[in-house]
Amino acid sequence: MTRFDHRPSLESTRHDVVIVGGGGAGLSAAIAIAEQHPDLSIALVSKVVPMRSHTVAAEGGAAGVVSASDGLDLHFRDTVAGGEWLCDQAAVDHFVARCADEMVRLEHWGCPWSRGADGSPAVRNFGGMSTARTWFAADKTGFHILHTLFQTSLRFPGIQRFDEYFVHDLLVDDGRCRGVVAIDIASGGFHALQAGAVIMATGGAGRVYRQNTNAGILTGDGLGLALRHGVALRDMEFVQFHPTTLPGSGLLITEGCRGEGAYLTNRHGYRYLQDYGLGPEVSEPAPKTMELGPRDRLSQAFWHEQQAGRTVDTPNGPAVHLELMHLGRRKIAERLPFISELAKTFVGVDPARAPIPVCPSVHYTMGGIATDITTATAMPGLYACGECASVGIHGANRLGSNSLAELLVFGREAGLNAASFVLDHAGQGEGTALAAQARDSAARASAWLARPAGGLRLAELREQMTTAMQDGVGIYRDAERMVAACETLENLSQSLDRISLDDRGRCFNTEWLSAIELGFTLDVARCIAHAALNRKESRGAHQRLDEYTQRDDDQFLRHSLAKLAPGQPPQIHYQAVNITRLAPGERRYGAEQTP
Amino acid sequence: MNRGNRQIDILISRYDPERDDQPRTERYTVPYAHDSSVLDALLYIKDHLDGSLSFRWSCRMAICGSCGKMINGVPSLSCKTFLRDYAPGPLYIEALHHFPVIKDLVVDQAGFFDKLPESRPWLIRDQERALADGPHRQSPRQRARFASTSACINCLLCYAACPQYGMKPDFAGPALLALVERYNADSRDQGKAERMPMINAEDGVWSCTLVGNCSAVCPKDVDPAAAINRNKLESAKDYFLRFLKIGSGGAE
Repeated sequence: MTRFDHRPSLESTRHDVVIVGGGGAGLSAAIAIAEQHPDLSIALVSKVVPMRSHTVAAEGGAAGVVSASDGLDLHFRDTVAGGEWLCDQAAVDHFVARCADEMVRLEHWGCPWSRGADGSPAVRNFGGMSTARTWFAADKTGFHILHTLFQTSLRFPGIQRFDEYFVHDLLVDDGRCRGVVAIDIASGGFHALQAGAVIMATGGAGRVYRQNTNAGILTGDGLGLALRHGVALRDMEFVQFHPTTLPGSGLLITEGCRGEGAYLTNRHGYRYLQDYGLGPEVSEPAPKTMELGPRDRLSQAFWHEQQAGRTVDTPNGPAVHLELMHLGRRKIAERLPFISELAKTFVGVDPARAPIPVCPSVHYTMGGIATDITTATAMPGLYACGECASVGIHGANRLGSNSLAELLVFGREAGLNAASFVLDHAGQGEGTALAAQARDSAARASAWLARPAGGLRLAELREQMTTAMQDGVGIYRDAERMVAACETLENLSQSLDRISLDDRGRCFNTEWLSAIELGFTLDVARCIAHAALNRKESRGAHQRLDEYTQRDDDQFLRHSLAKLAPGQPPQIHYQAVNITRLAPGERRYGAEQTP
Repeated sequence: MNRGNRQIDILISRYDPERDDQPRTERYTVPYAHDSSVLDALLYIKDHLDGSLSFRWSCRMAICGSCGKMINGVPSLSCKTFLRDYAPGPLYIEALHHFPVIKDLVVDQAGFFDKLPESRPWLIRDQERALADGPHRQSPRQRARFASTSACINCLLCYAACPQYGMKPDFAGPALLALVERYNADSRDQGKAERMPMINAEDGVWSCTLVGNCSAVCPKDVDPAAAINRNKLESAKDYFLRFLKIGSGGAE
């Protein structure tokens, strides 16, 4: 019996909407459709069982204006200024107006929000937000949101799950997205899912970097798929470094710690953020001040402390100290139990007794598949939401707790708009060409299994990619290192087809999937590096050390759009920013802050 | 990551349905440091020694529930189990017990996921609340009543530890019964009656023989054994009340 030459199976099903990704955004989309249009058939396709999706690892909370002293306009201003005016202001307005409703909807579905003494959901402070508006479920907010959504989704018979199906291609007919082709991971067979519309909800691409907070699944698949079919990625140079993660592993230590009053200190025990325009030093958490500054500024401050030799050495590199001791054991147990567990398990620290060593790691892909405010991409029938999308609310720096809110608001939006699209375009185009497309795509994916032995090792290419990104496109950047990163990535891209796999079988072949993922990740990395090199200014999370250290609104108050053509480096174009009501100004924090 | 300069041998139970009739054991030597987890070792093997080894993993931080394995015979999350604790080795890794093996360390989890909808794990209300009515009130004390049962990450270690589930795959099992208790104990929920048939059924709480292994291996302190006990009390009450109704001629 030979194992390599048998014809792979190719099944085919039809659905109204196919959703790729079963995290918070995908589940929100699925439930919204199922509620509003019980007759529509929804396929929820994910390479992992939905509750394994990375929404599960979000800790601190989700923004939504509720208190009488807060207002939508304040949330809007915090977000737009926090994003250094690179936000689509209409999208931000749309967003802030819908956040609280989504939090209430989750509450009705059973989400165990933490409560105040009067029994109403509690809110906490978060970085860059001018008042407490972050809803939380202790420090496992994403976990509770994801499980609430997943369990609620079980109520709806219209949602058909394809768990552990790996989408490796889109079906496109006459410029319109008509479905996806997936590998059934357990069997290694192929499955074409034809649909009236497709929603990408595949999450970010943090695995592009060596040290990141992301799960292993965050390989940018959705972004890579969009790129290959000519859909642009927007603002990819804006990669969020989260300032408080564990050295080496990059595991996330939530901003909620600082929301509850934790301090960041350098090797001298000094709260150094007061030296970076974030003072005055305050003992109680104060909005937009000290540890509650925005993530880009805090990660940059770490870099300067490191350059000045004021960081602490750990076996996994330099760190600063996150001090929770003064919060007391009881508050830590009530508000930050998961952080306590993580610190004890992974660095052997009881945060009630000793500081947690932390440093910045790549956390969030602020750019993504370019969509309009309805989540529609430039390709008819293709929608995108959540971290894989760029609907335009984060600009050059995302505020913590806006992303969980985003995947609820725009997940729902994507579901409803994709459903409307399907209903408006019913019966158009029966894709006879689609079956042939699916067969070709399956054959291309299968070719990995027939490659000769003795080629390059997948992990080595991946390591070269993540090292190039970490060294070349980090917190501070310059042309020389970005050019080097771009060259390395182009070379790696050429080397992809010289990889050989150890595993030539079809059954649960995760090496095969990793190879396809690496193709996506590399394309995303190339877009990040080229978009960064081309942005000759400093703004938000994109900071340069060469001659472009200043923000340049005249030239670069514009979104970047990255496109890929086969065999060429990414092409970068620019798009105007939609500024409706808040004129570009200066970002001010600490004592200088303006509402 | 710091790979360290110590070494340990790892024995892994391998099985590939496309080539093996029986599971086989393979030995690998991996470097490790003080903070290296079993997952780090599996990733090292996959990347550098043998790309054909299959296992599930994702978050690396004990919250996604993907990476459960038998480690020296004990169901454990591989990201939260450290090589230093097994020195000088070797340690032995197998797929989670009580589930069919798909390949190597990957099991078929249908025995859990297929039963999930039957437990009706969602908030049930007599009347759905309108968005405009805002959130329910729920005191911190009321929330605390389901804090531990809502912490379940569905990693299925408790199924691998449960001798009853090993003998009776139809048994609902610890995590599912804890989940039922999670919603029943939620002050906002009115669905207990809908969930009683599943609890009362032969494969519900009464299949549990109180071994308690489930709670011992739980990486999230869910304590399914205690949740099942509370369910048994409810089930007994339910049975007794129905008996009373029948006795008084009140049967439907």
